[in-house]
Amino acid sequence: MSVRDYMEYDVVIVGGGPSGLASAIRLKQLANGAGRELSVCLLEKSSEIGAHILSGAVFEPKALTELIPDWKEKGAPLNTPAVDDHFLYLTETESIKLPTPPQMRNHGNYIISLGNLCRWLAEQAEALGVEIYPGFAAAEVLYDETGAVKGVATGNVGTGKHGEKEGEPGMELWAKQTIFAEGCRGSLTKTLFERFELRKDSDPQTYGIGIKELWEVPAEQHSAGRITHTVGWPVDTATYGGSFMYHLENNQVVVGFVVGLDYQNPWLSPFEEFQRFKTHPAIKKTLEGGRRISYGARALSEGGIQSLPKLTFLGGVLIGDTAGFLNVPKIKGSHAAIKSGSLAAEAVFELLMSDGDGREAVSYPIRFKQSWLYDELWRVRNIRPSFRWGLWPAMIYGALDTFLFRGRAPWTLRHKHADHETLEDASMCAKIVYPKPDGKLSFDRLSSVFLSNTNHSEDQPAHLRLKDKGVPIEVNLARYGAPETRYCPAGVYEIVGEVEAPRLQINAQNCVHCKTCDIKDPTQNINWVTPEGGGGPNYPNM
Amino acid sequence: MKILVPVKRVVDANVKIRVKSDGSGVETANLKLSMNPFDEIAVEEAVRLKEAGIASEVVAVSIGDTGCQETLRAAMAVGADAAIHVEADTATQPLAVAKLLQAIVAKEQPQLVICGKQAIDDDANQVGQMLAALLDWPQATFASRVQIAGGEATVTREIDGGLETLAMPLPAVISTDLRLNEPRYASLPNIMKAKKKPLATVSPAELDVDIAPRLKVVSVDEPSVRQAGKLVSDVAELVGMLRNEAKVI
Ligand SMILES: Cc1cc2nc3c(=O)[nH]c(=O)nc-3n(C[C@H](O)[C@H](O)[C@H](O)COP(=O)(O)OP(=O)(O)OC[C@H]3O[C@@H](n4cnc5c(N)ncnc54)[C@H](O)[C@@H]3O)c2cc1C
Ligand code: SF4
Repeated sequence: MSVRDYMEYDVVIVGGGPSGLASAIRLKQLANGAGRELSVCLLEKSSEIGAHILSGAVFEPKALTELIPDWKEKGAPLNTPAVDDHFLYLTETESIKLPTPPQMRNHGNYIISLGNLCRWLAEQAEALGVEIYPGFAAAEVLYDETGAVKGVATGNVGTGKHGEKEGEPGMELWAKQTIFAEGCRGSLTKTLFERFELRKDSDPQTYGIGIKELWEVPAEQHSAGRITHTVGWPVDTATYGGSFMYHLENNQVVVGFVVGLDYQNPWLSPFEEFQRFKTHPAIKKTLEGGRRISYGARALSEGGIQSLPKLTFLGGVLIGDTAGFLNVPKIKGSHAAIKSGSLAAEAVFELLMSDGDGREAVSYPIRFKQSWLYDELWRVRNIRPSFRWGLWPAMIYGALDTFLFRGRAPWTLRHKHADHETLEDASMCAKIVYPKPDGKLSFDRLSSVFLSNTNHSEDQPAHLRLKDKGVPIEVNLARYGAPETRYCPAGVYEIVGEVEAPRLQINAQNCVHCKTCDIKDPTQNINWVTPEGGGGPNYPNM
Repeated sequence: MKILVPVKRVVDANVKIRVKSDGSGVETANLKLSMNPFDEIAVEEAVRLKEAGIASEVVAVSIGDTGCQETLRAAMAVGADAAIHVEADTATQPLAVAKLLQAIVAKEQPQLVICGKQAIDDDANQVGQMLAALLDWPQATFASRVQIAGGEATVTREIDGGLETLAMPLPAVISTDLRLNEPRYASLPNIMKAKKKPLATVSPAELDVDIAPRLKVVSVDEPSVRQAGKLVSDVAELVGMLRNEAKVI
C-alpha cells in the first residue's frame, strides 16, 4: 500500500454529533470575532451528518441559545414545543399516573429529531468555514515524539475481508488540538482513557441501552407536543428501565425504551422488553393502526458527574457523551453536549492564541466548574445510583434528594461496578419467556434492523474484534448463556453449529453502532472498532 | 475530447423508501441522498477514458436543488474536472432534463455524453434516448463495454440472452449498464481537492428551457404485502387449505 497522505489543521474534531458541531461553531465564532485564521476539520463516520444520530429527543434549548441566539431566524428544526408531560407506572395491564418529577417537566423545551438538528448545525458550521467530512471514521489516534496527541488517521479501505487486497491507505489529519466528540463509548476515547489514565480518579462509567422506533400514527391518535414517560412493566423493579414516547410533527411519534446496562439477569433482552412494552394498552392505543418507519439503538452514559473522567490531556480534550455529560434523571444529554463542546472550544481557542507552548487546554475543566452545567449535573448526581436499591426506594429517595435537599445532600452515592461485572450466572437466574412478535406492534430483530438502513461493505474485516476466540463459547455461552445474542439489538451475534460444537457467528454488517457489546461483554472480550467510513445505519430523523 | 456526464441525486440505494400517506409520491424528507448508481458508473467510465488519454476533460452536470452540489462534488472527488449545477426547485421530468442537457451540450461542446441508463428513483429510462434524439446524435444504450478510437465509439450492449456490438461516429450518447465497470472509492485527499474544483451554476431560464411538468402523477402505491407462510402438519391439511382457503384447487 502506498504511504498515507497527511493534512495539517489547527483543530481536528472527531464526531459530528451535537457536541462536535457546537465545538466547531464556537471555535470559528471566536476566531472570526478576533480576526484570526483558524482551520477546523471535522470527521464523521456516518455517510452523512445525522445518519448515526439517535436520541429521544426532548431538547432543552438553553445551550443552543447561548451558542446561536438567533437560531429561530436561522431556521433551526425546533418545530414542536413540548405541551403536556405524563409520567406513568405500568403494571401488566394497568397504568397509574404518577406526579411528574421536576427534572422531567418540559415546559419551554422542544420535541425534535436530534439528527435533523445536527444536519442544521453542520450547515451553520460550514457557513463559518468548518471543513466537514462525513463518511470517514477516525480509526487511530496519532501521537508525537513527546507523547502528546497530534491528530488522528482514517482507516484503510478496500483491503478485503482478511486484509488480502492492497486497498487505499487512510489519511493522517494533524492538529494542534484534537477534540474527541465520539458520543457514548467512543472507540478512540477508550484508548485515551488508558493511555493518559483519565479515569484514575472517577467512578466507573455506567450505561444504558436505548432502543427507539419512529412511527406514523393515525391523526386522531396524535397530539403534537405530548410527552409520556413510563416506569415499571415490563421490567421488574430491580432493573433500571423505562420508556419514552414523544409526539412530533406530521403525525409522527417516537417510542423508545431504555434499560440500564447494570442489569444482572443474562436472560434479559432489552430488545424484547421494548417489543412487548408496545403491546401495553396505554401504549398500544397510540400506535395501533400506525406504521413503523424507522428503528435503531444507541447506548447512553448514565454515570453522571461522579463518572466524568479527566477532560483534558496533552494535545486534546473530551466533550459530550464520550466524556459522559448527560443528565440522567432528565434523560437529556444534547444540551450538555452543546455546552461542553462550547466550553471546550473556548479553552482550546485560548490555548491556541496564547504565546506559550502549552499543549493542554487546562482552562476547560475550570470553565466547566463555573458553568450552569456543573451545577445541574451535581444536583442530580444521587438519583441514578439510588436505583440499585430498586425502583420504589429510588423514587422515594429521589423525591427526598430533590425536594428536601434540593440536590445538595451532603453525600454522593458512588457507582461501584462497571456494567460488564454485574451479570450473574445464567443457571442462577430465572429464564425470561418473551411473547412472539405480532408483526403489527411488536417485531423481530431482522425486520427491525432492516428499517435502520444499516449497511457495511462486505469487503472489509469485521469491526467487532474478539480478543480471545475461545471466550464466546467457553465463558459467555457456558456461564452466561450467550448474553450477546440478547443484548445486541441488531442480531449481530448468533450461536450456530451443532449442539456439541457450537460457535459464535458475527453478522457484522447488521451492526447499528450502539456500542452495547463493547460495554456489556462480561470479560470485555469484544472490542468495537470503526468499520470503513460510511458504514453503519442511515437514520432519517432519529 | 470533452465528455459530459449528467448525474442525478436520488434516495440512496441502501435506504428503504415508503410511499407518502396521501399516496402522492415517495417520502424523501430526511432521507440520505446520493448519486444514482448508474451515474457513478458513467462518471467512472469517463474518468477512465481520461486516464487512458482518450478524453481531455470530464464535466459533470446535475439538475435540482442546491443539494445537487454535493453530488457534483462527489463526481469531482472521483475525477471529474468541473461541474455545472442547473438550479431547479421542482422535480424535473425526463423531457425537461433532456432539453436542459441539450442546452448544456450546445454550450460545452462535448464529443460524448455518458449517462446512466436510468435513475433508481423513477426508473424512467428516457433521458439518454431523448437527448440523442434532440441532438440528432447516434446512441448506444445499456453499455457493458466502451471503446473509443479514430472518432468512433464501439459499444457492447447487453440484450436479452446475449451481447450486441455497435459502432458509431462521435459525437454520441452512451448510457451505462451495471457491468460496465466498478466505480472507485472517493479518498479523503481527493474529496479535499474536489472542494477547489470549479462548479458553475445556471438556471433553466438562462438556458431558455421550459421545465414545467407535462405529466401528472395520479397515484403511487406500495407493493402489496406478502402473506406470511403457514406450516401444515400433513398432506390432507395442505389439500384442505389449498381448496378452502387459497381456493386454487
Ligand atoms: C435513546 C436515547 C434517548 C435520548 N433522549 C434524549 C432526550 O430526550 N434529550 C436529550 O437532550 N438527550 C437525549 N439523549 C442523549 C443525547 O442523545 C446525547 O447526549 C447526545 O447525542 C450526545 O451528543 P454527542 O455529540 O456527545 O454524541 P453523539 O450524538 O453520539 O454523536 C457522536 C457522533 O460522532 C460520530 N463518531 C463516533 N466515533 C467516531 C469516530 N471514531 N470517527 C468519526 N466519527 C465518529 C458518531 O457517528 C456520531 O455521529 C438520548 C440518548 C439516547 C440514546
Ligand atoms: S454489534 Fe454491538 S455495537 Fe453493533 S449493534 Fe450489536 S451490540 Fe450494538
